[in-house]
Amino acid sequence: MKANDLLELAGRNLRESGFRNSLTTLGVAVGVASLVAMLSLGAGLQELVSARFARSGLFNTIGVFTARDMRGMERNERRTGVLQADARPLDSAARKEIGALPDVIEVYPEVRLLTDVTFQGRTLFTSVSGLSPSAKQNEAFEKMHGRFFSSPVAEEAILHVDFARDLLAPANASGDSFALPVGPRTGSAPEVTDAQLDSLLGKEIVLHYAERQEVPTPAQAKQVETKSRRAGRVAPARVAAPRAAAASGGTDGADDTVSFSVVRREEPLRIVGIIDSEPYAGITASGNSRVFLPVGLAEKLRPAMASSLRDVMQARPSGSESYSALIVRVDDPARVQPTQDALKKMGFRTFSLLDATKSLRRVFVILDLFLAIFGSVALVVASLGIVNTLVMSVLERRREIGVLKALGASDADVKRLFFVEAGVMGVAGGALGVLLGWVIGRAINFGTNIYLSQQDLPHETIVLLPLWLIGGAVAFAVLVSLLSGIYPAARAARLDPVQVLRYE
Amino acid sequence: MTFMPSDPSASGAIRAENLCRHYVMGESVVKALDGVSLEVRTGERVALLGASGSGKSTLLHLMAGLDRPTSGTMETQGRNLADMSSEELAAHRRKTVGMIFQAFHLLPRMTLEENVELPLRLAEVPRDARPARVREALDRVGLAARASHRPGELSGGEQQRAAIARALVNRPSILLADEPTGNLDSRNGAEIMRLVGELNASLGMTVVLVTHEQKLAAGFAERMLVLADGRLASESRAGDPAAEAPR
Repeated sequence: MKANDLLELAGRNLRESGFRNSLTTLGVAVGVASLVAMLSLGAGLQELVSARFARSGLFNTIGVFTARDMRGMERNERRTGVLQADARPLDSAARKEIGALPDVIEVYPEVRLLTDVTFQGRTLFTSVSGLSPSAKQNEAFEKMHGRFFSSPVAEEAILHVDFARDLLAPANASGDSFALPVGPRTGSAPEVTDAQLDSLLGKEIVLHYAERQEVPTPAQAKQVETKSRRAGRVAPARVAAPRAAAASGGTDGADDTVSFSVVRREEPLRIVGIIDSEPYAGITASGNSRVFLPVGLAEKLRPAMASSLRDVMQARPSGSESYSALIVRVDDPARVQPTQDALKKMGFRTFSLLDATKSLRRVFVILDLFLAIFGSVALVVASLGIVNTLVMSVLERRREIGVLKALGASDADVKRLFFVEAGVMGVAGGALGVLLGWVIGRAINFGTNIYLSQQDLPHETIVLLPLWLIGGAVAFAVLVSLLSGIYPAARAARLDPVQVLRYE
Repeated sequence: MTFMPSDPSASGAIRAENLCRHYVMGESVVKALDGVSLEVRTGERVALLGASGSGKSTLLHLMAGLDRPTSGTMETQGRNLADMSSEELAAHRRKTVGMIFQAFHLLPRMTLEENVELPLRLAEVPRDARPARVREALDRVGLAARASHRPGELSGGEQQRAAIARALVNRPSILLADEPTGNLDSRNGAEIMRLVGELNASLGMTVVLVTHEQKLAAGFAERMLVLADGRLASESRAGDPAAEAPR
């Protein structure tokens, strides 16, 4: 028998016992709805957590370091077979090369200083970091006072609310410098209002820092010194490594190795924003700073950092400044691992939170599995309903089956007819169940958001119905229905038409 | 005993050779058919007579391919049904034979035209060719006007006529009728037998009629085969005085 004839006959048979078949289909629908609601909850929670992590900017970020690191030096040498002294430096050439890797969308140096900041005559010691333009997407900036930097080199600053509080606090330190804790504050902090915070916007702070100046040729050196005097700045202190250069076979003493002066500088910055949480959840080195400036500006200022001294100690060639770390962003968290592999091949050490996401994914797979098992219980019960309905149907339609066989229906035709009936109940029950599951999901979301509103928390989508779940749930319902149809269909096909026609 | 047509050169529509059908009932064996041999010519009208339990319906079911013999051969159009797979037997029922029953066995939830269309569905006849075939079959039995009626709305005679339309819609070469008048009064019974006779005459269909009514068989069949205890006991021909004797 052709498929459309089977479908037509099956539909007619199902309509004939409409009430009973509707109840059975409803049973399947409730089973599917339970499964869909459970898995929607799993999918929603996973999406919620993933979206939070994605917004944190941590999971598409790789920290790149030179293998010339004192930490675990011997272990690294044993593992990689690369001697620390021979390891590739993290310099501008490496930065360019990393930027050319596929999937890499951003490479910028990690800039972090512990320095003084002056505001209205008061000087405070704090931690200052550069922030890349992509940080704007970070959730820490979602509800900030003010705005993000207008450009990557804008002379602007964003403050952490703790630092803003200190700026607003009465001058109890009578203008003296004092150190701020680097991590989150504990204990009582002076309360400030939004209006007070907003009053800081547009005001100026002055960043004090040590600028790293490459030691120029004697003629250039004179020019720089004259300029500095005119600017009323302190004469530069020179930092060089002539002995190292000699040791490394340099031909001209200090001239071919890094040698730089440290010049005290001041940089006025306009406060454009205040944030109350730490960017990147405070996990990255820049995350727990208290003052942020655009990374482009931070680079332009050429502050002397720990890596500057390392350049000298390692007798790096002149003009080849190295970075303590580079932050690499890729376009998709899934591309983190291949990019990390490529970076390792280039001879660098890397760090990412990929392992954490792997664990997270594992947790959600297990959660989904448990939710699916609990959700499937109702569907299993519904499948017993299908078996019952179809067995009843076989008993009631013995004569019809016998007549069909007498008219030329094969055993396979009879079997297929019952399978199609089971399948139709599965499709109808599956579709209805998905709809019901969606309604349940909407109700859960609605209820949850009422609760979140009462708690003064932002609305969230707790239950999510992805397309794969819609298709998968209907397919699963059909599969379960077909499996339920195996026994009744086989029983119908086994009926002996001679016996049936004789006694029915 | 072998019962063959009087004209040995005539081609056989049905041929049985030493046909046995035994049922095991607990420790005993019931021999429903026990060594039956016969041949029915193409276009011939044959009646199978006998008391209840004589094996006539069993023989009809074996001819239809609804059942398989325990031993022996049952050939239609030169093919042994005993060697066929269940799929092939189903195809035999769809294409070669049409069956009518004492209880009509129309599906009560379907209209007459849907009942008559059923064999066409099973034979995978193209959808667009079906309405004409159904109409033609219902016309032939005089029920075209009742096509949209359900069997419950028809008299017994009309129901049996509808069953005949269903049996002949696939244009089978053999019509097997199992007590077709058993549930009808004598007037309707006679009407049905007249219709079957007409089909035999106009379409050249071979007809095997199972009945226990000697008079009905004598009025219809060219040849009557009498079964007793699973064996063919006697044969008589139309017009033969023995055939008219009450049994």
